[in-house]
Amino acid sequence: MRIGVITFPGSLDDVDAARAVRLAGGDPVALWHGDHDLKDVDAVVLPGGFSYGDYLRAGAIAARSPLMQDVVSAAKQGLPVLGICNGFQVLCEAGLLPGALTRNSHLHFRNRDQLLRVERTDTAWTSDYADGQEILIPVKNGEGRYVGSDADLDRLEGENRVVFRYVGGNPNGSSRDIAGVTSENGRVVGLMPHPEHAVEDLTGPSTDGLGFFTSVLKAVVNA
Amino acid sequence: MSRVVVDVVLKPEISDPQGQAVLGALGRLGHESVRSVRQGKHFVLEVDGTPDEAELKQIAETLLANPVIEDVELHLPTD
Repeated sequence: MRIGVITFPGSLDDVDAARAVRLAGGDPVALWHGDHDLKDVDAVVLPGGFSYGDYLRAGAIAARSPLMQDVVSAAKQGLPVLGICNGFQVLCEAGLLPGALTRNSHLHFRNRDQLLRVERTDTAWTSDYADGQEILIPVKNGEGRYVGSDADLDRLEGENRVVFRYVGGNPNGSSRDIAGVTSENGRVVGLMPHPEHAVEDLTGPSTDGLGFFTSVLKAVVNA
Repeated sequence: MSRVVVDVVLKPEISDPQGQAVLGALGRLGHESVRSVRQGKHFVLEVDGTPDEAELKQIAETLLANPVIEDVELHLPTD
């Protein structure tokens, strides 16, 4: 199963994302933002980092890169796409996910292990979790405050598109404790915390992040 | 060549912690008459020929600003 990991100028967590794919049993495939080539991958991960130095807005310039045009059209055909942290910002800027990520309400960069509650287990990236399961994975961001108008947030909740909520404290002031959301078809998921940093006991606070990468392998087989 | 200015500000319903931090600093400096600060972005574009308003509006609304959270003001040359 070929899982692409896109590298943008300023990506930081692409190597960890590829490692998480490998530990879950998939074959990571390096993708370059400047190409128009998805290399026949079965799913795509947009990793964390600071693409283009967060210039203009976090994720804004990466969202207009050549490869993202291919990701947007493939996602609309059902390709599973996961955006982590900066990758989530890119997916919102590209219009694949609703809402926007803005400067943390307290203005500090926040880096800690964070509990999340899984609220959707029928997406391409969360089927290996139990409904309502709490998972512990790192969060690290300066612009992670999820926002939208009240009307947009009401619609999002009405459509049951909140996948993760912060538990035990909201690290960035996100509206309604929202940590991650999904597309209408459940194939595209974005979240601010980092599952790829919680895949081994040696280096992470848990191995709770591995479920993202094992879930998508099943989603691809069942597609 | 003409000069086009685009101002981008957060929508009123989106809280602006950076503006609030500036407001706090102003208060500490004794400028208590300032009631509110909203921080935004100011772009200056130099454009060949006569600016095409529709094209500039598209540039402002699709790249310079994120319409989910920001409003734009386009200032075309007045001469």
